[in-house]
Amino acid sequence: MNAKSILVVDDSRSLRQMVCYILNVSGYHVIEAVDGMDGWEKAIAQKVDLVFTDQNMPQYDGLWLINALRNSESHRKTPILMLTTESSDEMKSMGRRAGATGWIVKPFDPDRMVDLVKKLIGEPS
Amino acid sequence: MAFSIDVSHFGDMFFEEAQELLEQMEGLLLAVNVESPDKEECNAIFRATHSIKGGCAAFEMDDMVEVTHIMETLLDCIRKGETVLTETHVNVFLQAKDLLKRQLQGHREKMPLVAGFESNVISELRDLANQEKNPRSTHTNPAQKIGGGTANKEDDLAVSKTHFFRVEMPKIAEDEFNALLSELGAKRYAESCELPDGSLALHLETDLNAEELIAVCSFLVNPEDIKVTEDVLSQQSCVSGDAVAKELDASPVSENESYGLFDDSVPLESECHAREQEQQAKLSAPIISATGFREVGPLAAPNLTTGRQESVMPTGSDSTSIRVNLDKVDQLINLVGELVITQAMIDQHVDGLDPTVHESLVNSFTTLARNTRDLQEAIMSIRMMPMDFVFSRFPRMTRELAAKLGKQVKLVTQGGATELDKGLIERIIDPLTHLVRNAIDHGLETPSVRVAAGKSEAGVLSLSAAHEGGNIILEVSDDGAGLDRQRILEKARENGLSVSDDMPDEEVWQIIFAPGFSTCTQVTDVSGRGVGMDVVKRNISAMGGSVEIQSCRGQGSTIRISLPLTLAILEGMSIKTGEEIYVLPLAAVIESLKPASDSTRGITGKGKLIRVREEYLPLIPLHQVFGIQARFTDPKDGIVVVLEAEGKKAALLVDSLVGQQQVVVKNIESNYRKISGISGATILGDGNVSLILDIPSLLRMGN
Repeated sequence: MNAKSILVVDDSRSLRQMVCYILNVSGYHVIEAVDGMDGWEKAIAQKVDLVFTDQNMPQYDGLWLINALRNSESHRKTPILMLTTESSDEMKSMGRRAGATGWIVKPFDPDRMVDLVKKLIGEPS
Repeated sequence: MAFSIDVSHFGDMFFEEAQELLEQMEGLLLAVNVESPDKEECNAIFRATHSIKGGCAAFEMDDMVEVTHIMETLLDCIRKGETVLTETHVNVFLQAKDLLKRQLQGHREKMPLVAGFESNVISELRDLANQEKNPRSTHTNPAQKIGGGTANKEDDLAVSKTHFFRVEMPKIAEDEFNALLSELGAKRYAESCELPDGSLALHLETDLNAEELIAVCSFLVNPEDIKVTEDVLSQQSCVSGDAVAKELDASPVSENESYGLFDDSVPLESECHAREQEQQAKLSAPIISATGFREVGPLAAPNLTTGRQESVMPTGSDSTSIRVNLDKVDQLINLVGELVITQAMIDQHVDGLDPTVHESLVNSFTTLARNTRDLQEAIMSIRMMPMDFVFSRFPRMTRELAAKLGKQVKLVTQGGATELDKGLIERIIDPLTHLVRNAIDHGLETPSVRVAAGKSEAGVLSLSAAHEGGNIILEVSDDGAGLDRQRILEKARENGLSVSDDMPDEEVWQIIFAPGFSTCTQVTDVSGRGVGMDVVKRNISAMGGSVEIQSCRGQGSTIRISLPLTLAILEGMSIKTGEEIYVLPLAAVIESLKPASDSTRGITGKGKLIRVREEYLPLIPLHQVFGIQARFTDPKDGIVVVLEAEGKKAALLVDSLVGQQQVVVKNIESNYRKISGISGATILGDGNVSLILDIPSLLRMGN
């Protein structure tokens, strides 16, 4: 069976690659996207088991992506985790209403992040 | 499974990125129109700040998180139109940007700034944030109040009395549900969703405690079916939404709530507080599920428009580039340099072969030569950086200088994408800064003078970069007063320089590059343009470049800098003295000639002069400079090469000319030490080392 795929959407190169790296060394297949629209296009084009998204991105932001995914046939129930900073509680509550599954606060502990992913979608394969 | 993932090496990548974001932020701040700020511009500044903060939080740079956090809070109010953007905001934000840059540098060098150093900027930011604590307007809905991490302090938000609960129970009719809500006193916060099993999950804030809550609910449903847990998310948001001041004082990074699931009110082990664990034990077992939330009750539709509009910030189109340590690139350049030398060695052997006998070898060699050249060019291009790297620092400087001098300056840049070697880019910053400062200080007039001269109030300062052959041409031009020819000539005479009234303009303008001339004009401050111009010229010459001035009285001046694209390859002229072969940079060579026997004149104690085209030039015998045995010591037997650098000319006496060739420059200073008269070395085709002469220092010896 193929490894589980995780879509990581963040406009910040360093954070995106860090998240990808963490998930990759944990055995998951990772797909990168630089903003909401890019993420949306990649999410509908292939199998995605879980989505990590940043909120603040130019043009198409994280909330847009969450809404779009929740309104799509294939990702109505795909777990979506938002990457947030501590203070953005308003955003958390907006994300929750848009349909996000949960949130991860920066700085994130890699091990805990992987634990959470495993809780949601299980082992990589 | 227990394992640790090391992510520390992403730090470097973040430093680069944060640096870019800071520059971007500065650019946006400078571009913003304070009177009527563009919503998108404000959004873009907010986003840049937010991205920096996110990265800083991820890499635990708490000092930077603190600054970006206050900025972000302020910017959020501004972009939402709750706070009016003022010039003060822009200025403080710019200072904060500088502070962040220093902090970033500190983290990068593993020497974080000492706390307190930055307190000025932070307290100014705080003051601004506190000023703007005006209550939110009436359209605020309850959910926003709870979640709002911004300025809304309300005295009736008595946290001690309120509890946040998540209640799970079987589904009930809507009117019953509403009745229950009012019964529960859930006036501030209520949100519910349907769970996959058809039951109802309800998040609410109430004055009741858990027991009272169950008691109230048991009127409608069986108490056995009710599950009550403390709602961590809501509590947390209420507390942090409490007041901006409190939020600003607290450390923005919290250890305890590193992640969570919205629909999982019982937090995962990492975020359990002792109090909650107690509650849990009493009330319910944790379950994990992952469904979306449905909106009910009086909650307004979430405002999802923020940040979705067209943006002025570029999206991350970085998937086609990688970041490489400069050392690796330099190593590559060195290796290719060696390859070029090796190829030149083979070249010498192949030249001696009969092309008819060794046709295929000669042909393959030609291909090898071409490929080597292409490879070299391709690798040199890696080190190239766009001129925008330099240009981007001028808007800020222009703005500040113009404000200080009471002038209006419109800065125009062209050709920012033009690429130049990284080493040269770094060295051109100072001279260019000097020229820009001069142009604003001395070139451009004050608005009143400009209007009187029939010009627009705002002066135009334009910076441009373009390729021209193997050189890059940089121009700094202004539409100011221009240089004053008469004044320069007068000053030159006072300084004892030999000038005549019928000198061409170009030569007159070159006078301002003369050392010592500058201070004089600075004092009188008529046409200006003299301050440290000799330094500018010297720096540019040291890079193998040249400077020209074009100026028209009343219409402005243009300073044109021509630079080689790279320092690693030099177009050279090799010459021979005794057994040694030296390389002269071709740019410094004017001509070479065999002097007539009667053209030299001796000056007591000062060496010899030689007459070249009705001009007496100091004669520098190369063998005397380096103390070597030359074949010819009499000028009439050898060859004289006329050189020019820094506006001075001299004739160099050598034995013979060898030829003109491209050489790969090797640094001697870094491997040995600085030698007067030598700028570097190269390896010749036959494998011998040849020294590259430093013309300016040779000429100084001669004079």
